[in-house]
Amino acid sequence: MPNADRTHSVTRRLFLRGTGATASGVALLADMHIAAAADEPPIVGPGAIPLTLTVNGRNQEVSVEPCMTLAEVLRGPLDLTGTKIGCDRGACSACTVWLDGAPVASCMLLAVDVGARAVTTIEGLAHGDTLHPVQEAFIAHDALQCGYCTPGMVMSCAALLERVPNPTADDVRAAIDGHLCRCGAYPHIVEAVLAVRKPGP
Amino acid sequence: MRFPFGIAGAGVGEIERQIPDGEPPPLPVNDALRVIGKPVRRQDGRAKVTGAVRFTVDVKPPGMLHARILRSTSPNARVRAIDTAAAERQAGVRAVLAIARNDSILRYAGAPIAAVAATTQAAADAALRLIRVDAAALPFVVDMDIARRANAALVYQPGEALPLNAVEIPVSGALPLTGNVRGPETLGSRGDVEQGFAVAEVIVEGEYRTRTQTHCCMEPHAIVADWRADGLTVWMSTQFTAGVRRELARVFDLKLSQVRVKVAAMGGGFGSKSQLGVYGQIAVMLSRQAGAPVRLVFDREEEHLDSGNRPETWQQIRIGAHRDGTLSAISLVEFGSAGVGVGAGVGNFAQTLYACPNFSLAQNDVFINAGRGSAMRGPGNTPGAFAMEQAIDDLAGQLGLDPLVLRDRIDPSPVRREERRLGAAKSGWDRRHAPGADTGATKRGIGVAQSIWGANVYTNASCEVRVLRDGSVLVLSGVQDLGTGIGTILAQVVAEEFGLLPEDITVHIGDTDFPAGPPSYGSQTTASITPAARTAAWKVKQALFRQVAPALGATPEQLAARDGKIIIGNDPARGMNFRDATAGMRTDQLSVVESRADDYGGFRRRSGDMAGAVNDLGGVQFAEVSVDTETGSIRVERIVAVQDCGRPMNPKLIESQVMGGVLMGISYALLEERVIDQHTGRMMNANLEQYKLVGPRDTPPIEVIVLENYQGQSATDAYGIAEPSNIATAPAIANAVFNAIGVRVRELPMTPATVLAALGRLPRRS
Repeated sequence: MPNADRTHSVTRRLFLRGTGATASGVALLADMHIAAAADEPPIVGPGAIPLTLTVNGRNQEVSVEPCMTLAEVLRGPLDLTGTKIGCDRGACSACTVWLDGAPVASCMLLAVDVGARAVTTIEGLAHGDTLHPVQEAFIAHDALQCGYCTPGMVMSCAALLERVPNPTADDVRAAIDGHLCRCGAYPHIVEAVLAVRKPGP
Repeated sequence: MRFPFGIAGAGVGEIERQIPDGEPPPLPVNDALRVIGKPVRRQDGRAKVTGAVRFTVDVKPPGMLHARILRSTSPNARVRAIDTAAAERQAGVRAVLAIARNDSILRYAGAPIAAVAATTQAAADAALRLIRVDAAALPFVVDMDIARRANAALVYQPGEALPLNAVEIPVSGALPLTGNVRGPETLGSRGDVEQGFAVAEVIVEGEYRTRTQTHCCMEPHAIVADWRADGLTVWMSTQFTAGVRRELARVFDLKLSQVRVKVAAMGGGFGSKSQLGVYGQIAVMLSRQAGAPVRLVFDREEEHLDSGNRPETWQQIRIGAHRDGTLSAISLVEFGSAGVGVGAGVGNFAQTLYACPNFSLAQNDVFINAGRGSAMRGPGNTPGAFAMEQAIDDLAGQLGLDPLVLRDRIDPSPVRREERRLGAAKSGWDRRHAPGADTGATKRGIGVAQSIWGANVYTNASCEVRVLRDGSVLVLSGVQDLGTGIGTILAQVVAEEFGLLPEDITVHIGDTDFPAGPPSYGSQTTASITPAARTAAWKVKQALFRQVAPALGATPEQLAARDGKIIIGNDPARGMNFRDATAGMRTDQLSVVESRADDYGGFRRRSGDMAGAVNDLGGVQFAEVSVDTETGSIRVERIVAVQDCGRPMNPKLIESQVMGGVLMGISYALLEERVIDQHTGRMMNANLEQYKLVGPRDTPPIEVIVLENYQGQSATDAYGIAEPSNIATAPAIANAVFNAIGVRVRELPMTPATVLAALGRLPRRS
């Protein structure tokens, strides 16, 4: 007999809520024992709470439900829709943004867990009208078709060049491993990134 | 009029064509053009790399609600009651819609039951959980082989109307339904196959299996519907704005003028976003009910369950030939399953590719309790090629002929002959050794396979070109860009005509308020809309020449547009800047709307707005693989893809698209399979972790060669590339695997387990 619930009624959100409940139980115990509870995260929610996020160099005040992922907060209240959701569970990497300069899947991170770390999205990569070299190279080498995976790809490739200024083709493939592109732009993406690498001394 | 005719590099001559009044003069070959045929950058590249471009999922009209569909978790059940009262009372809920009714049969896991629109996505999701569905489980079958058995559970009962497609329009009952099997369809059979086999000196036969592939568009199916008293506006991730408008007008009893369909950026379709679909209707009904815009976006699980798929197939193919390789008979028996739908046939490929007087087809749709199949990149021909091109490879082996030599004898296409020649040289075909000749555990091999696809044209395809007094130029059409770059190509076509640069042209597309464009399926976008754009631009140019000729002291016939100028008598020194010329226009704008003329040489086939050019599209692909015979792992080392699309409009964009076709083919060959659990009837890998797609590390070097094949058939002579580039990849890999290990893998996906089974090191999958 069909279940009235959706097939994945145990969604990530519910799961996270579940772990949240567990965490509050732990916190309660910690209070009782007056143990080192200082490093326990504060209990928040389930209603919306105010949050300050540092996004693309600016402090942003937002009101979010604790169950919202960073991807949802970026795309919703902050209207930074360049970050895309493809699978919503960390399997396609379309939602990749930087957290203190490191690429992360923003669909796998609760906004409340971002804390003081600096978020950089695709909208924050260019300097004014001057595109990041990876963005320029993506255009020049046609490293995209539909463009849906592109923001995530660009963020991972730009982060690679920050870490490794002179990457090999395998380095590029490793950097975008886990990013899915159904249009098949991988060869042109590798070509684009290799074109902007800075040869070492 | 004399048109260039033939393949560049293999002798381009001329052909005389009668062209209808009002068509522009012939375009010379690409070498003689300035913008067309050049690797122009895509116009929306900047918007895409900065995230500025808006996909349907990014559209947010004020007051927008969020929707979700409640779907069946059972593969087959009869609804007894649906109670939505609690959902309706839920905070934030603005509309609740029961889709299934009492006694409705939910025929597959994922079938829609009800839908909710609420102020937030979380509220909509929460409300869904409050809907109570009472339903009685029915026997089900999710395995095609079991579904064919006499005692199998029936997906449709005898006499039951077959709701076979997404909009639940019953199809004609012309074919018999026996149990779950609808068929056989014998369309295209010819000659006397028994006689053909009787005279054959060599016969090869084999059974092949392909598995269900899902589209996995990175942008999910998405629609934002805004129903208002004065009309309906819909933003939709669609392959056919004009078609969706037609469907909406019909379903909701509106005038075409009351419906507007828009799509800006579009995150992939591959056939699955060709129609309005049930989900599209649901979004519109929710918007009508709520009196607010409604956004409905599938999650990844819904994408796999209920957005279409490439049907699985079982194919038995038999080919008879004479000693010299000429074919005497081809017989194809196929059973395929498009779930609760039809359309799993694959016969076109074996029917059309090779010269053979006798062909018999018996293809059958097998119903199972699974989501409905749909068109997917080269539908029919992609699974068909996997079987047929391996059978031809087998035949070459039996005859002791090089597979390319055999094809030279049986393939009448001069285009593919040239493609084979170029690809053989590029791929190093002469290095190919006897099957299984490598000694170590890892064995290398090279294989080849061919593609055929109709050169489709949609004649109901229109485009407006406007020149404004300040010299700016606009191109307007409803045609949508799925990522192939049609907007850029339209800019090239119009820039060429006006002697301008592509960046001088502003293109607005993806909106039914502009002249209706063609569908972007069937690889027909470029073929259909670029001639209309060129003709419109040429006519505007003639009108402009008439208006500015007096100021130039010339007759209109003496004028030409080149290098940003309007010049007299082909002398670049005499004339004026384009912008100065347009300043003298009588009115603020000159504008012409044109539609796609018929192919100058006529069409081979035509049905309403849809037509097919005289010559098919081809393509030949060469694969090099290494196979680890201990682990069964196949690595594709290299692909050489030689393709044709008439006049190539933009080699950069074409290369991207061919690489995409090849990669989807590698993915189909090695990885992709929808897995449904026999006991629960539910898909086990409705995600992107266990449903495997090709990734950057599985991507081999892909070398693309695109022919310039001039036929003199339209104002641009351009045709499509999307589907032909996908069809040959999997069989080329399979033939390379055979060449590597000397054993044929006749089943997709060619996983390590499948390879080890073929090598006799593991039991075969039942």
